[in-house]
Amino acid sequence: MEVARFWRTKGQRYQLVGEVCPSCGEKIFPPRDVCPACEKEAKTPYTFSGKGEVYSYSTIYSAPEGFEKYAPYTVALVRLAEGPLVTAQLTDVDAQDVKVGMPVEMVTRVLREDGERGMVVYGYKFRPVCANQGAAAQQI
Amino acid sequence: MGVMKPNRAVGIVGYGAYVPRYRLPAQEVAELWTEGNMQLPVREKSVPGLDEDVATMSIEAARNALARSGGLLPSRIGAVWVGSESHPYAVKPTSTIVAEAIGATPYTTAADWQFACKAGTEAIQAAIGLVGSGMADYALAIGMDAAQGRPGDALEYTAGAGGAAFVIGPAEASLAVFEGSVSYVTDTPDFWRRQYEKFPEHAGRFTGEPAYFHHISSSVSQLLTEMNLKASDFTYAVFHQPNAKFPMKVGEDLGFTREQIKPGLLVNEIGNTYAGSSLIGLTAVLDIAKPGQRILLASFGSGAGSDAFSLLVQGRREGVQAPGTRDYINRRTQIDYAMYARLKGNYKLN
Repeated sequence: MEVARFWRTKGQRYQLVGEVCPSCGEKIFPPRDVCPACEKEAKTPYTFSGKGEVYSYSTIYSAPEGFEKYAPYTVALVRLAEGPLVTAQLTDVDAQDVKVGMPVEMVTRVLREDGERGMVVYGYKFRPVCANQGAAAQQI
Repeated sequence: MGVMKPNRAVGIVGYGAYVPRYRLPAQEVAELWTEGNMQLPVREKSVPGLDEDVATMSIEAARNALARSGGLLPSRIGAVWVGSESHPYAVKPTSTIVAEAIGATPYTTAADWQFACKAGTEAIQAAIGLVGSGMADYALAIGMDAAQGRPGDALEYTAGAGGAAFVIGPAEASLAVFEGSVSYVTDTPDFWRRQYEKFPEHAGRFTGEPAYFHHISSSVSQLLTEMNLKASDFTYAVFHQPNAKFPMKVGEDLGFTREQIKPGLLVNEIGNTYAGSSLIGLTAVLDIAKPGQRILLASFGSGAGSDAFSLLVQGRREGVQAPGTRDYINRRTQIDYAMYARLKGNYKLN
C-alpha cells in the first residue's frame, strides 16, 4: 500500500469512521461523500460502533501476495449494526467456528506488512464478541 | 530523593487490559529442548496472533481503559505514552498509531518509552507529573509487550504477550488515587538487547539478587518508610512477575502475605508480559478491589530499576462495557510448539 493512501484512509481503517447523510440519515461506510440511498451530498463524519454480525463468509487457503503467511484465514461480509455491509477479515476465530449471524466486533490489527523494510499496515478486522464478565462483576 | 507526590492529587480514572488468546504450556518447551527435564518457571504463557503486535494490543487495552473512564472524550487526553521493549518499529512511534486509533489526535503529546520491563510504570510516573502539575488533565500510560525469547533459552518458557493501559487524571475523577511513588535505579546490566538483535541476552542468575530483588526491595522499603506505612496497611501487593517464584519471594521478604500477592499474580497463566507484567496484575486487582483498600504496585526493569506506588481505591465504575482481565485470561486457545514457532515467525517460508 502506498504511503499517501495509507495515510489518507487511516480514519476508516483504525476507527471505522464513515459518513452519515444529512438528508436521509443513511449511515455510509466506507466514506464516499455521496449518499448511496438518496444520492445527495453526504460528508458528515460518523464513527461506527464496530458491532455487527456475519452476513456471509469464506475461508481463504490460497492467499494473494502479501497475505500468504496468514493463510488459512476467513474473510466475511459483516453487517454493521448501523446498516452497511463491510468486507473484512475475521480474526481470533478458527474457520470451523464461524457461523452466519455470529455477533462480531471490530478490532484493529495488522492487515499486512510491506516486506521487511516497508510499512506495517493496520486496519479493522472483526472477531467474535469478547466475553464481558468484568462488567457484570463490577455491577455487584 | 524519596517519595514523589504531585502538586495536585492524581489517580487512575480508567484502566484496561489485553491478553492475546493463544497459550503455550511451558511443558511444550521443556519437551522440545530438555526431554521434559526442566523445572517449569510458569504453567503457560500467552502468545500473540499473527496479526498482533504492541500497537494493536495497546489499542485494545486503551479502548478498554477509555470505556472505564466514565465517558471521557479522547480529545481531552494530553499524552499518549506507550512503554514497551517490543515496539513494532525501530523508528516510528507506536504512540501515534494508538493515539490515532482512539481518537486522541492531533493536540496531544505522544511518545514511546523504553526501560525493559518497567517502561510502563515509568510512563505512569511521568503521567502523574504531567497531570499533577496541571499541564494536562488526562494522560494515557500503557505498558505492553510481545516478548522475545531465544529458542531453547530460559526466557522462552516465560516470554509472554499482553499488558495494560491507564487513563491518569485528577483524583476527584479517579477510581484509585496515587498516594505517592518512588523510583530506584542503578546501572546494573542483568539483561539487554543490542541494536538489530532479535533476542535479548541475560546474565543468568545475576538477574535475581543484585537486580530484581535489590531494586524492588529498595523502592518498596523507601516508599513504606517515607509514607509511614507497613505491609499490613495494604490489601493487595502487585510485583513484577518474570516467573512465579520471584514475586512471591520478594513480597514475603518485604512482609507481605501470599493472600495479598495472589490476586495480582498472573504469571502462571499468561507468562511474563515484560512492560505489561506488573501493570496487568494491577488491573486484575482493580477488577475486584473495593473503596478504602490500599494497593502496592512495584515494577522492575532490567538495566535496572524499580518503581513503587501506593494506591488508595476510592470508587468503582458501574456497567462498564469492557472485558475484565479475567475475561481475557479465560479466553484461551492452547497451542503446541509447532504452532508457536509459526506464530513467532520462526519458519522460513521462502
